[in-house]
Amino acid sequence: MKLRIVLLSVVAALTALPAVAAETVKIGFVTTLTTPAGALGRDQIDAANIALDHIGHKMGGKDVEFIVEDDGFKPEIGKQKTDKLVKQDDVDFIAGFLWSHVLLASKKSALDGGKFLISANAGPSPLAGKACHKNFFSSSWQNDQNPMATGEVLNSKGVKKLYIMSPNYAAGKNMVSGVERTFKGEVVGKDMTKWGKDMQLDFSAELAKAKASGADAIFVFYPGPAGPAFIKQYEQAGLRGTIPLYTVFTVDALSLARLQKAGLGGVLGSWNTMFWAPDLDNATNKRFVADFKAKTGRYPTHYAAQAYDAIMLIKSGVDAVDGNTDDQDGIRAALSKADFPSVRGKYRYGPNHFPIQNFYLRTVKADANGDWFVSYVSTVLTDHQDTYYDQCHL
Amino acid sequence: MDWTLLTVQLLNGLQLGILLFLLASGLTLIFGIMDVVNLAHGSLYMAGAFLCATFTQWFDSFLLGLLAALPAVAIIGLLVELIVIRRLYQRDHLDHVLATFGLILAFDTLTQMIWGPDGQVIPLPAWLDGQVTLTADIVLPTYRLAIITTGLLVGVGLFVLVTQTRLGMRIRAGATNRTMISALGINIGMLFSIVFGIGAVLAGLAGMMIAPITEASIGMGNQIIIVAFVVIVIGGIGSIKGAFIAAILVGLIDTMGRSYLDVLFKLFMSAQNAETSAPAISAMLIYILMAVILAVRPTGLFGPRGR
Repeated sequence: MKLRIVLLSVVAALTALPAVAAETVKIGFVTTLTTPAGALGRDQIDAANIALDHIGHKMGGKDVEFIVEDDGFKPEIGKQKTDKLVKQDDVDFIAGFLWSHVLLASKKSALDGGKFLISANAGPSPLAGKACHKNFFSSSWQNDQNPMATGEVLNSKGVKKLYIMSPNYAAGKNMVSGVERTFKGEVVGKDMTKWGKDMQLDFSAELAKAKASGADAIFVFYPGPAGPAFIKQYEQAGLRGTIPLYTVFTVDALSLARLQKAGLGGVLGSWNTMFWAPDLDNATNKRFVADFKAKTGRYPTHYAAQAYDAIMLIKSGVDAVDGNTDDQDGIRAALSKADFPSVRGKYRYGPNHFPIQNFYLRTVKADANGDWFVSYVSTVLTDHQDTYYDQCHL
Repeated sequence: MDWTLLTVQLLNGLQLGILLFLLASGLTLIFGIMDVVNLAHGSLYMAGAFLCATFTQWFDSFLLGLLAALPAVAIIGLLVELIVIRRLYQRDHLDHVLATFGLILAFDTLTQMIWGPDGQVIPLPAWLDGQVTLTADIVLPTYRLAIITTGLLVGVGLFVLVTQTRLGMRIRAGATNRTMISALGINIGMLFSIVFGIGAVLAGLAGMMIAPITEASIGMGNQIIIVAFVVIVIGGIGSIKGAFIAAILVGLIDTMGRSYLDVLFKLFMSAQNAETSAPAISAMLIYILMAVILAVRPTGLFGPRGR
């Protein structure tokens, strides 16, 4: 018994030591690992681990400690987990955040706690505008940007009447305002459906309205589990031949795998826009996609790509100060340069720390093995900056 | 008024109602006869969906998958009754809630361990995946009509079972006075197992019917079970007829709210406010209905009197 106590105290002393000397760089990662949206979080964690493998689990000469937390798809849980990372783990960086409502609920805890906050997905408009913060960075996009690219695509395809469907939460509203900002035709109908852990997945009433509206095209934003459900019902309703579908964050590697399994070929050839594609031609991306496929057997989603970039972005900051994570000014200066090999190629940051980057048109096709993936088609927006940056005064 | 759209939306509401009925009928039997609050009823719905997905992929046929999944769900239901529920009969409702909530967590985690966090897609055969043209304007997905037909057939079957058979007589007797029928020599334990098994199969069937539309996903039962409880409270606990009428009512109100509430709101508020408030209010409609019915008839539409 005595021996056990002695051993325990030795272990405790040994584990306590590094914390005192700050020998490690601590990164907390908040994402969704349970609920039907858990597959998105798994993609992010897989990608972050590949990034950590690529850098030998070291930043600025120090070992990286990577702590993963599950937000359960709920803002209040996300905030609790962020509080835990700030107070209990005392991390240096908090990254992740799939969902805008979770990020908006958690940002205060992270930023007031003096931590760097890196969004690896959500890009709600407040954080790009009035509520921007010197220690907040995005490794993804501002919510409005991607649908703005879709709006341009709709114009160029000659769409005059558009029907819009989106979940009723912070990001959904941004997506709708984004497409409405650039789309020049008429919006003949709009449905904002229930979102969250108990999201609406049966769209019979909305699809019937869309059909009756006389629209030339439907624009939807249904990320995660809602995507395949929507596309399947769109096909079952017989709309494929009559009203073309344009999507953002709805058709990705995860939904395609399931749609292919179900043989829903209607998604092949459909259009969507994104800042990245798995076949985007640059060395970093090729290595990332190849390693991700080798490790998981899946194509990476954009969620994965952003998580990979988040880790690389953090490394660029920590490297610049040689691992001295107390030098927040030095880290911040390095982060704002975005000087790291990104899977999307080179990009730069606006004054609100959101990327100024290209957006591409993508389509769904089969690769050499017959697996469906989203493939680069053309560049829609070049060096595109969000529309909220001038409200941000840092 | 667009009559075509209205007809389509009525049919959509009917389909949602039928699905709720499949879930609520089992729930109301279990609650009404066994006096057990079974929150885990939604887990059986989820189990049905996942089993059907796996069997469909094995047999490469939705119908075979469905036929194989039904007895599998029945077995799961009987096991749950044997292992957990049977120990709860003598306890109070709070214990039921605790134990069956635990079952939900166990089922969700088990599903994640077996199938992973991804949802499971159920491919439909071509003859179910198309559309049926009712009139020139009214075109409905075949599968949704199939759900309505199946649900109505099950409803008729349940009605015959409960009103015309000896088992049904015992079930009704059990709902009225449990002590009396066990005193008359009816094996009440066996009766409870059968009722729970029937409830499990009905919930599983509902899950199997919805999964080709929304796909099978973890926790899919946890939201709909709340609506199913609303249905049995409105319909009156223990009444199959009440469950049927309340389920159709709730299905129609929910669908109509989603279809027309924003149009209605735009009459007296700005378009943007209407677009954001209408979905929130339409999600509340069924609870408002429940509150009104509870105020007027505390035992529900067809609830037992003086119990």
